[in-house]
Amino acid sequence: MLKTFPKGGVHPKENKFSAGKPIETIELPKQVSIPIAQHIGAPAQPVVNKGDVVKVGQLIAKSGGFVSANIHSSVSGKVSKIDKILDTSGYKQTCIVIDVEGDEWLETIDKSKDLVANTDVSADEIRTKVLDCGIVGLGGATFPTHVKLSVPPGKTCEHLVINAVECEPYLTADHQIMMEKADEIMVGCKLIQKAIGAKKVLIGIENNKPDAIKHMSGIAKKYENIEVHALKVMYPQGGEKQLIKAVLNREVPSGGLPIDVGCVVQNVGTAFAVYEAVQKNKPLFERVVTVTGKSVAKPCNILARIGTPVNELIEFAGGLPEDTGKVVNGGPMMGKAVSTITVPVTKGTSGVLIFPQESAARPENHNCIRCGRCVSVCPMGLEPYQIKNMAVVKMFEELEKERVLDCIECGSCAYTCPAGVPLLDYIRQGKANLNKILRSKKS
Amino acid sequence: MDIILNTLITLSALGVVLAVILFFVAQKFKVVEDPRIDDVEGCLPGANCGGCGYPGCRGFAEACVKADTLDGMFCPPGGNDVMKSVAGALGMEASEKEPQIAVVRCNGSHEKRRKTTVYDGPSSCAVSHSLYGGDTDCAYGCLGLGDCVEVCTFDAIYIDEESGLPIVDEENCTACGACVKACPKSIIELRNKGKKSRRIYVSCVNHDKGAPAKRACDSACIACNKCVKACPFDAIVVDDFCAYIDFEKCKLCRKCVEECPTGAILELNFPPRKAKVEKEETSEVAN
Amino acid sequence: MAINKLTVSMSPHDYGKDSVKKIMYGVVIAMIPALLVSVYYFGLDAIRVNLIAIAACVFFEWLFQKVFIKGKLTVVDGSAVVTGMLLAFNVPSNLPWWIIVIGALVSIGIGKMSFGGLGNNPFNPALVGRVFLLISFPVQMTSWPKVSVLNFALTDAQTGATPLAIVKEGLSNGESYSSIMNSMPHSYVDMMVGQIGGSLGEISAAALILGGLYMLFRKIITWHIPVSIIGTVAIFTAILYGINPETYADPMFHLLTGGLMLGAIFMATDMVTSPMTPKGMLVYGFGIGVITVLIRVWGAYPEGVSFAILIMNAVVPLINNWAKPKRFGETIKK
Repeated sequence: MLKTFPKGGVHPKENKFSAGKPIETIELPKQVSIPIAQHIGAPAQPVVNKGDVVKVGQLIAKSGGFVSANIHSSVSGKVSKIDKILDTSGYKQTCIVIDVEGDEWLETIDKSKDLVANTDVSADEIRTKVLDCGIVGLGGATFPTHVKLSVPPGKTCEHLVINAVECEPYLTADHQIMMEKADEIMVGCKLIQKAIGAKKVLIGIENNKPDAIKHMSGIAKKYENIEVHALKVMYPQGGEKQLIKAVLNREVPSGGLPIDVGCVVQNVGTAFAVYEAVQKNKPLFERVVTVTGKSVAKPCNILARIGTPVNELIEFAGGLPEDTGKVVNGGPMMGKAVSTITVPVTKGTSGVLIFPQESAARPENHNCIRCGRCVSVCPMGLEPYQIKNMAVVKMFEELEKERVLDCIECGSCAYTCPAGVPLLDYIRQGKANLNKILRSKKS
Repeated sequence: MDIILNTLITLSALGVVLAVILFFVAQKFKVVEDPRIDDVEGCLPGANCGGCGYPGCRGFAEACVKADTLDGMFCPPGGNDVMKSVAGALGMEASEKEPQIAVVRCNGSHEKRRKTTVYDGPSSCAVSHSLYGGDTDCAYGCLGLGDCVEVCTFDAIYIDEESGLPIVDEENCTACGACVKACPKSIIELRNKGKKSRRIYVSCVNHDKGAPAKRACDSACIACNKCVKACPFDAIVVDDFCAYIDFEKCKLCRKCVEECPTGAILELNFPPRKAKVEKEETSEVAN
Repeated sequence: MAINKLTVSMSPHDYGKDSVKKIMYGVVIAMIPALLVSVYYFGLDAIRVNLIAIAACVFFEWLFQKVFIKGKLTVVDGSAVVTGMLLAFNVPSNLPWWIIVIGALVSIGIGKMSFGGLGNNPFNPALVGRVFLLISFPVQMTSWPKVSVLNFALTDAQTGATPLAIVKEGLSNGESYSSIMNSMPHSYVDMMVGQIGGSLGEISAAALILGGLYMLFRKIITWHIPVSIIGTVAIFTAILYGINPETYADPMFHLLTGGLMLGAIFMATDMVTSPMTPKGMLVYGFGIGVITVLIRVWGAYPEGVSFAILIMNAVVPLINNWAKPKRFGETIKK
């Protein structure tokens, strides 16, 4: 019996078309637009001006607070402007636009492919490196990693849980990185483990990637205290609370953080980025992006520079299919639909998903028939139908009581609803408004 | 006969006992309330629209009675007349306020502002706003999904089918401000009603630079500053690539309306102009 | 390259394949075995009643929506067909057409559309119609035609009482249960396959269970409601039978007769009017079971499933309020 989280969850069709496709690099774009807000928290502050010449890996925007991250140039060339450009948020955001000239990297970056397995660095050094290199959670949430690596005083961390679940259908970026960079990931895990003082590293992988489980288990044997756990396929197992429950059977208390149960969760891609930052001195300026979709000619996994327009990635994957109806940044369950395909790749872009016209529209909307399926699939034990109704009529006190803030926005309720009720749309709305009210109450 | 008698006696006794109990209970739980609250409430329109900032008319009445002065207390639907009678009931001075009306500052009809994407979701501006800038290239303009219509208690705003924009009914609008709060894009503004309901305002809140603004919408403010130069009363300022007319300073001379190359400045309820030879104007795009 | 306008919507972008329509037609499919049994025993009358009920329900749904509710037409979602079939299943096969039409009007008009259509009705619409008819036309609603195999003549068939009515009548006349059962013309096997008097769709327990299994397989219903109702009735009547087998019927008899199977599998499981959580469903089923037995054993009517379900329908909001799912991260306290 494979482990999973006990309550709720759905199992959408996996559609992992790009599984097993090697990570490819594409030709450098002519121009990149690097948004200064690619992470959760305060936007970074630009430190370059129009006309400046930058190299690959050079700092171009400095972290704007504790919960924020540095941003580095992903190409070499000249800053052509700092302007507002439509990005994946759906709004125009300040971006640093760089015209590409050549591909000249900072000398400090170790460009060799050799494994640096020696982890003889102090915890503080690791944290500083991670902060300097602008590492954020690469699973999609883009939470600055150095914050997670600083265990708050009074708390201890027993376990480092590595999220290699990739529970989102379609996406294969993490899968492929495990197949190709397993050793580097292990070293990255060791580094994170050292920084947070965890005793054990637990890597959770869903059972639909048997090759990755086998490969990672084999390599993990070379390292101390790293275990690979095979998990039953169930969405949203990649949610950190669900993952901890599945791997360790511990429940993060409502409103709490994983550290409250002695855990820190990091994405497997983040572990690789930490390895590169600490051992190779390489800032986070490129990431693996899955480009896929039912009618995409050549689904693939691309190592893309941050700021590359998404349409260049799509071009590489065989061009935008004619019947395209929707383009999503991220996975089908939690990703964000974009309004134009020229938006830049950001640190949070785990995939570019292209839906054909016929599956772009939502299902027909009926009255709620009170079937209770949303309740049964909610991994957080909430009652989505009720929360949605309360959000529509703005009953904020009741929303708080019904623990809308626990919602992880996984979309299982909306996925399963036979009546096509836009549950998550309103729940998000209620959650955001309630958060606003609570914040204004505090201050 | 006995039955009737017994019934009468029992019922009368019951009545007396209950009356006594009720009397004492009423004494015990008596709530002393300022009778003036009822007086004030009687003066109010009773729409419970919340435009005053208090929970309903009763809440406003209580606040008025408690307050020392009526400064800052205003019932938008009632206007100055109601405030005068409230002041009369309380023996205080009412603060006069110029009558206001809600103004929708977006002129991007379907025709002028082309759709670039398809929004698929609930018919709610708030939801659409939290998702992205909107189904046109203008991230500032009206989404046309009717959150303002939803909150209006006075039936004073509706979405025009043809243009897709909200239209304020001048008769019904009481300037309670509910739509102003409901609009996630902050397009609706309360402005002075003006003499004979005449108003001039910039019907655009696009803060993009001129070129992208113009690309997104034919009647966008492109921040060309022509209106600023034309205004003899310094009533217009351009801030962050969008012009704004201060209604306190505006003397309704209509000069800016003629100058505006995109037709972003609107005039309402003016008599038609005398025929004049149209000057050829090229739109100047600000950086 | 000319591309379509991109659609922008909130996540999720992938959706499950189930829809209201599929669920409703799934229920219709599940009712087919019982329908076939009814045709087998009641002949063309069964088809007549079904057709009239379905047509009337669909028509009234369309009419009410057109006139009162407006908006998108929902007739096609199939819920009116389900209501029509359930109503037909709940009446005798010889019911005059105009009574069926009145039943459909009450079901759809009062039971469903007056609350705002599918999803908003607190009571099972078909049962509202059925109970209305039972109280308004007690004679027509309780003259059950005797079953005759494959009799397709539309003649006035002989009528007879249901097993439940026979037992109730006998017990109230002071006869003992065993002596009633000795003179009972039906065996348990008859009750299982449906060779007994009764409403059109309720006679064959086997066909109804088959339909229930199909719905379980299609995940239209969960096991909680049917099992808790049937279990409660079995245990409750077993206790009574254990106390005095001469004045109380045995559990097997209770399970196989009357509308219990139809109610437990098709009526009580109606999504709209049943609780949302498994815990709530068990309580709801328990309540239906207890009330059913109370009415059957001590009440004025021989059968009480319809009333029990309607009574528990009224309690569903309270049950929903009480039976909250276990919240994640609630039990652990530091």
